Amino acid sequence: MPHTLAAPGGLLPRLVTRVGRGAVETGRALADLRTWLPLLLAQMRRLGVDSVPIALFIAAFTGIVLALLSRYIFTGAVPIYFVGALVGKTIMMELGPVLTGLALAGRVGANIAAELGTMRVTEQVDALETLAYNPKSYLVVPRVLAGAVMFPFVTSLAVVTGIAAGWITSINLLELTTLEFVKGLRLFYRFKDIWFGLVKAASFGAAVTLAGAMMGLATKGGAEGVGRSTTRAVVLGCEAILVLDAFWALVLL
Amino acid sequence: MIRFANVSKAFGPKRVLAGFTLDIPDGETTVIIGFSGSGKSVALKHIVGLLAPDSGLVEVDGAVVHELDHEELTRLRRKIGYVFQFAALFDSLTVADNIRLGLVRQGLDEATIRSRIRDSLALVDLADAEDRFPAELSGGMRKRVGIARAIALRPRYILYDEPTTGLDPVTSAVIDELMLRARRELGVTGVVVTHDMRSAYTVGDRIAMLYQGRVRQVGPIEAIRHTDDPVVRNFIEGRPMDLERLAALAEER
Repeated sequence: MPHTLAAPGGLLPRLVTRVGRGAVETGRALADLRTWLPLLLAQMRRLGVDSVPIALFIAAFTGIVLALLSRYIFTGAVPIYFVGALVGKTIMMELGPVLTGLALAGRVGANIAAELGTMRVTEQVDALETLAYNPKSYLVVPRVLAGAVMFPFVTSLAVVTGIAAGWITSINLLELTTLEFVKGLRLFYRFKDIWFGLVKAASFGAAVTLAGAMMGLATKGGAEGVGRSTTRAVVLGCEAILVLDAFWALVLL
Repeated sequence: MIRFANVSKAFGPKRVLAGFTLDIPDGETTVIIGFSGSGKSVALKHIVGLLAPDSGLVEVDGAVVHELDHEELTRLRRKIGYVFQFAALFDSLTVADNIRLGLVRQGLDEATIRSRIRDSLALVDLADAEDRFPAELSGGMRKRVGIARAIALRPRYILYDEPTTGLDPVTSAVIDELMLRARRELGVTGVVVTHDMRSAYTVGDRIAMLYQGRVRQVGPIEAIRHTDDPVVRNFIEGRPMDLERLAALAEER
């Protein structure tokens, strides 16, 4: 069996060839700065800034529910100022990056897959190639880099919003003072809580945009093919987020 | 000169080209005719390396296209303008920016780019369409912009993929005139893929019929017009095919 795997044309050589070719193509696309650099800013605005409202909406309600849940969990057993600790810690380290990532997997991943899928089936990707452009440099690199840079930015805003919503809920509905909430917030705080969430968000951004771009470029057929690619991109993006989430927890915690 | 030598190409079980051999001399317009789905566009895509042959080779100016490395292929593509069947204009860019994209890649200065955009749009009688988006143009206008985008590159070759398909007779005649004008004023070698015989007779110097994956007959317009080959005759006269007779002919060959 190992002999078959390693034989010419076997699984192993084919895998090595594919990975090698992918690495060379990625390197070539990244090195083509004059193609992707002018497009980066527009993608950052489109994929990042335009996603802020949905991310903040989700974060605000997450903060409210977390505050209410923690009071329910802690009643009688744990001091009530622990609400701040639970809201802060879970939003910074887990719910902020993951929920923002999942929301953006829908919004951004679907958007990229549909756009690039349509470009593929209407031969616009072929047209780019005939104009001597590398489609990966022109279409994939600026989107993936924008995702990796902007997801942490959007997540930061979502974290602040989620904690603020938890704080407002606590002082209005839970009979907690601001001082108590902040005391809880600072109780187990470590700087790692912040960068851990942001590293995750950056990897989610790269994964979601890459899934969207790859599915879009692999589109076959007409409108039905575009629909299929869009669905696949969202599913793959969500799966990648959950797998990466577990990976970072294993590696960094 | 472009040369197809015994090119075969299959997509899964479907063999599209099977020993396709054809020389396309410089300075002429060669028209490739054939039934829908006969592999005309597939043949065209081999010239710019969008597809690679399963066997055989395609040469452009002595270079075997599928053996070129990335840089060489990029240089080759700069010599070739490609007019796509549905124009393949970039939806998000204005007409001027669609043309600009290929010129920027050639490293031209801004003044030259501006003048090339103006000249090429004037050549296709769309001087006032610079700031319009593809969605605001009719089918015929989109094709004219596609031609302008190709000729702005000052290519050595222009490949036209079904340039008159889906257009009314008057607009088709306009496109034919533009192809003639491009050849007359820019001296480019043209390859036109079509099943529109009126267009083939108007723009072509030579016609090659692609049938069952290979060239059935190739020759000057008059030779094709007066052919005694039943397959070619049926096609150019638009007569329904006697399928049994054609199957027998295929067997004989």
